[in-house]
Amino acid sequence: MATTDVALRDASGQGERKRVVNNMSIQVATVNGSGSQSSNTVLLRSIFQMGVPVSGKNLFPSNIAGLPTWYTIRACKDGYIGRKKEIDFLVAMNPETAQEDVMSLAPGAGVLYDEPLNLNKLRNDLVFYSVPYDKLVAPVCPEAKLRKLVKNMIYVGVVARLLEIDMAEVEKAIRKQFATKAKAANLNFAAAKAGYDYAATLAKQDPYFIQRMDKTAGKIIIDGNSAAALGCMFAGVTVVTWYPITPSSSLVETLIEYLKEYRIGPDGKATFAVVQAEDELAAIGMVIGAGWAGARSMTATAGPGISLMAEFAGLAYYAEVPGVIWDIQRVGPSTGLPTRTSQGDILSTAFLSHGDTKHIMLLPSSVAECFEMAQDAFHLAEQFQTLVFVMSDLDLGMNYWMSEPFPYPATPINRGKILSKEDLERLGSFARYKDSDGDGIGYRTLPGTEHPAAAYFARGSGHNEKAQYSERPDDFERNMERINKKFETARSFVPRPEVVTTGKTKIGILAYGTSHWGIVESRDQLRDEYNLETDYLRLRAYPFTREVHEFIEKHDRVYVVEQNRDAQMLSLLKLDIRPELVTRLRSIAHIHGLPLDARSVTDQLISMEGK
Amino acid sequence: MATTPTAAPKTNRIGLTVLDYRGSKTTLCAGCGHNAISERIIDAMYEMGVQPERVIKPSGIGCSSKTPAYFMSRSHSLNAVHGRMPSVATGAILANHKLIALGVSGDGDTASIGIGQFVHLMRRNLPIIYIIEDNGVYGLTKGQFSATADLGSKLKTGVINDLPPIDTCAMAITLGATFVGRSFSGDKKQLHSMLKAAIAHRGTVMIDVVSPCVTFNDHEGSTKSYKYMKDHEEPIQDISFVPAFEEIDVDYDPGATVEVTMHDGSRLRLTKLEEDYDPTNRIKAISRLHEAHEKDEVLTGVFYVNPKAPTFIDMLNVTDEPLATLPESVVRPGREALEQVMEELR
Repeated sequence: MATTDVALRDASGQGERKRVVNNMSIQVATVNGSGSQSSNTVLLRSIFQMGVPVSGKNLFPSNIAGLPTWYTIRACKDGYIGRKKEIDFLVAMNPETAQEDVMSLAPGAGVLYDEPLNLNKLRNDLVFYSVPYDKLVAPVCPEAKLRKLVKNMIYVGVVARLLEIDMAEVEKAIRKQFATKAKAANLNFAAAKAGYDYAATLAKQDPYFIQRMDKTAGKIIIDGNSAAALGCMFAGVTVVTWYPITPSSSLVETLIEYLKEYRIGPDGKATFAVVQAEDELAAIGMVIGAGWAGARSMTATAGPGISLMAEFAGLAYYAEVPGVIWDIQRVGPSTGLPTRTSQGDILSTAFLSHGDTKHIMLLPSSVAECFEMAQDAFHLAEQFQTLVFVMSDLDLGMNYWMSEPFPYPATPINRGKILSKEDLERLGSFARYKDSDGDGIGYRTLPGTEHPAAAYFARGSGHNEKAQYSERPDDFERNMERINKKFETARSFVPRPEVVTTGKTKIGILAYGTSHWGIVESRDQLRDEYNLETDYLRLRAYPFTREVHEFIEKHDRVYVVEQNRDAQMLSLLKLDIRPELVTRLRSIAHIHGLPLDARSVTDQLISMEGK
Repeated sequence: MATTPTAAPKTNRIGLTVLDYRGSKTTLCAGCGHNAISERIIDAMYEMGVQPERVIKPSGIGCSSKTPAYFMSRSHSLNAVHGRMPSVATGAILANHKLIALGVSGDGDTASIGIGQFVHLMRRNLPIIYIIEDNGVYGLTKGQFSATADLGSKLKTGVINDLPPIDTCAMAITLGATFVGRSFSGDKKQLHSMLKAAIAHRGTVMIDVVSPCVTFNDHEGSTKSYKYMKDHEEPIQDISFVPAFEEIDVDYDPGATVEVTMHDGSRLRLTKLEEDYDPTNRIKAISRLHEAHEKDEVLTGVFYVNPKAPTFIDMLNVTDEPLATLPESVVRPGREALEQVMEELR
């Protein structure tokens, strides 16, 4: 893969180094609570505005202030936006980690450091730039207590000069970041400018450059939780309940902001209700109560919340109540690593609750899918009268991603099989849990329907077709088989996988969620570096659709790549496919809590292929 | 043979008979206090002329929580999981605040496994009638103590309770419920009036009804038995209720009676049996309840009422039409809204 173009004369005079244009990872190492997030966003946006594909990943501690945090911006002209392991340019702002950060760099990387840290003594194979932040910040920020925050904007200016990022773009990004605070915008731009001017005194020695491209025109930048929030609002959500938990909190917090802006009626009243519940048990209980009474209801949580919701999930499954649960997965078990990403809740969610339970799961890979699957989730929940879990993760939910703008929902809202007063007048009566249409899905009525035959008794205890209490073995068996039939029906209605077939290989890769971004890049590495073609199936839902079975049938070996230890999706696949196909599945698993990078997949797959 | 003309069945103000408020046949033990409570609910709803289709009956788990099957079959029920009636009720009311929620729970369901949700429901002043059918024991699991069992009360097996009881009424008042009372399943008149007033109230009604368990907790040494209640019940008022739609009225002595005008214009009249008791004073109500425990009295009556406090629905400023059935044109913002958001993200 070509990553270089025009040659650049090494300023040290030790030969020629290639210019590396629009292909680098910049890492900013700071302490959390220092306001560096604004600076990092400005830097990311500036590159984006230059038309260069970019992604940003925040590696942060479970802490409010004072612990190390790293922000990695990857600019890639080829459009790879997954995590890249190697850091090309380090902005070392944190004295605590500076030494280790520097020692872990590959030779040739650039390092920007705060002058008193004296990092340039550590190694002689890196390019060091020292910046006297304290001296630079004082003139632009007379207010001493703001200096700690403003200081961070200085490195944006220095980086802009060194990488040749247009300062006009930096200013535009600052104005956007502080859109409602002109004073803060001016102050921050002055700081960036101070850094930019100072950097004129530095001799550029690293090979990294940003140059204008046209690969981001019309695109947006958004995090997955905000995209999900937007999707839920446009899906017509009416009842939202939640209990704060990282990394899901921002989904509901953003949703509240959007709802306040776009869902207040002409009478000044809300067309929604949001409740911060006392815990996740109450959050899902409210979702179920609201879904039963006819609302489009949802909550957002993470693994520990999913565990707490287990009992209620069984009620919703068995009493057949719709609801949408967002699981923004983080690393478990237990408290685990609350601020790191994972795909570790797949198995526990698929079968959440006691007895025989199975749930529909949607698997978004991108912010666009967070938006789209929010609508799918509400639709499927009401069609199948059951909970639908949307399995996002911290990497998708909390990091910024570029995307095409989201399309307006293409189909009208469909509330599923609900009998109205008029329907009941025509029918005379109804049996809530009867399979009238052969798809396993019964008809329901909403509380408040003004007809004497409308009411039914929803319960988690044994019941017959008419929703009457029953302990009869035949009633129980028939009911459970019918509910299973709904799940089988759902196979044809959940989002289908994305399949890429080259026609040149018997090796397949199967992945889902944010692993996708590593796979896209890894497949190119395998082809370009090892001459190994692969086919690819990206799962988008559980239960598995026909295409999933066909893909496994057609390949000798299928590498299932996922971000958990126990090959959870592979385990689900094993239960679903013909027994003789099971040996075709191979697991490539990652559990360190960092977003999956392409190189790790490539290396592991090559080793498993015996190459 | 002469035929006797059958009299037209008696109907309430919306033209329904009391049969329209009945449920399935009870499967609880003969003599269970819970059955008497179901009867009182039927009578109160009938007399108040409540449209059964507007009522929902969420419940938890236990003998008490089974009872929604035994009254008002024309109302939707949701029998939830143990101790979690408050949350499903909250969700349902948010979805459709025009519904009248009558939640049924027990002392185990509320005061042990469900205490967390109980506490937070009370804080919100959600419009709901929350009834605890309180017998001091777990019936369905055959008679273990619950957290409302009194200190020193004795199980059939001879086990003595050595933990203090949770007074759900004192808790409810402390936390913000706006209509709090205690009654006894055997006190037909009091419970009947209290339930009618509860239907007229807008906000959280919490009524703890002592309801003896004839199978596991009706023996000598129990403090939740019929006999103990007959000996120890101390009503603080005589309760009468005049619905808004009733024109007939009788005189009363304003010196001896506190009259509370309910949200719908109904009047709750509490004729003092205890001088100085003021059901609008939270602090004194809580204090009097604690005093009752020290005196081994089972105080009954309306302990606290505030018909004017904003409800959770008011606080959320929810639109008048039920959220559940709002049309797409209201719940899905237009294309221009999405375009505006996309523009901001570019």
